[in-house]
Amino acid sequence: MKVIVDFGGGLDVCFENKKEITLEFEEQQIKMADVILKLKTICNPKKLDFFYTQQLRPGILVLINDADWELEDKEEAQLQHNDRVSFISTLHGG
Amino acid sequence: MGCHLYLLSIDEGIKGYRDDSLETVKQNQITYDLDLKILSYKELFNWSMDEVVAQIGLNNNCTYCGVFRRQALDRGAIQLGVDKIITGHNADDMAETFLMNLLRGDIFRLPKSTAIITGDDGDNGIATLPRCKPFKYTYEKEIVMYAHYKKLIYFSTECTYSPNAFRGHVRELIKNLEAIRPSAVIDLIHSCEQLDAPNQNQKIPQKQLCQKCNLLSSNKICKACTLLESLNQGRAKQILQIQE
Repeated sequence: MKVIVDFGGGLDVCFENKKEITLEFEEQQIKMADVILKLKTICNPKKLDFFYTQQLRPGILVLINDADWELEDKEEAQLQHNDRVSFISTLHGG
Repeated sequence: MGCHLYLLSIDEGIKGYRDDSLETVKQNQITYDLDLKILSYKELFNWSMDEVVAQIGLNNNCTYCGVFRRQALDRGAIQLGVDKIITGHNADDMAETFLMNLLRGDIFRLPKSTAIITGDDGDNGIATLPRCKPFKYTYEKEIVMYAHYKKLIYFSTECTYSPNAFRGHVRELIKNLEAIRPSAVIDLIHSCEQLDAPNQNQKIPQKQLCQKCNLLSSNKICKACTLLESLNQGRAKQILQIQE
C-alpha cells in the first residue's frame, strides 16, 4: 500500500529537503500512527526534534487528503491506498 | 475600502532567515500590488542581528531584536506617513506574550499584553503611532490552514536564534497544555483581558521623548539607544584591542 506524504511549514528540512515523498507499506491496513512511526525512522536524526519528541510535535498540522485529521480519528485514522497525508508545521517566526 | 495599505518589512540581518523571507515579501508586493518599504537594522543602527549576536553571544538576542524592531517600525511608519501600524500577531502569540510576562513578573506590561490596540491614548500629548493586531483572536493554525488552502506564498522557518529563546519554552508549554485543554490559548487571552489594573500607587514609568533619538521612551534615554550604546562600546573596545 502506498501513501503520499508532503511537508509544509519548513518540515522538509527534516527529510532531506524533500517536499513530498512516497511511503510503501506491506500491510493492507495502515493507521496514521504507522505513518508517523515510519517517518520517525527516516527523519534526519539531527532534526528529529522539529518533527517528533515523545509524540508528533504539538503544533504540527496534519491533513489527510486535505482535511484536518481531527475530523477523523487522528492517529487511529485508517488510510487507503494512494491517500495523501500532509504535515505542516505552524511553528515559525521569531 | 477607504484606507491605503503599505507593506513595511524590517531586515534584521539574520542570514538564512530574513534574507530568504524578504524574497517572499517582494513577491507579496507584486501579488497584492502594494508599495513596499524595506528598512534594515544595518542602515538604521549600523548593527545587523548577526553582528549583535557575534558580539553578545546567544543570550538576550530577542531583547535586542525586539527593541530595535519596534524603533525600526516606528521610523519606517513615520517615513511612509501612515496613521497606524498593523502587525500580524495572532492568538498564539498573544497567549505566549501574556504567559511570558506573567512568568517574568512584568507587572507593567502584564495588563496590556493582549491589547488589540496600543499607543492610541496620546500619552502626555506625545504623538505616537497606534499599533493594532487584527489577528488577535485568530489561531496560528487557522492562518496556516487558510494559507494552505488559498495557496498563499509565505516563508516559514524559525528564526536561527529562536531555539534558545524564552518564548520557545512558553510556546512548547502552551502547545502541550492545548493537548489536554484545547481552549488554552483563548483562555489565556481572556484571563489577561480580565486582569485588574496594577495598583495606581505604583510608580508607572512616565512617557517622554528620548534625549538621543527623540522617539517615545520610558526613560531619558530609550531602550534602543541604551542597547546601541553598550554595543558600540563593545565594538570600540575590540577595535582598540586590535590596534594595540
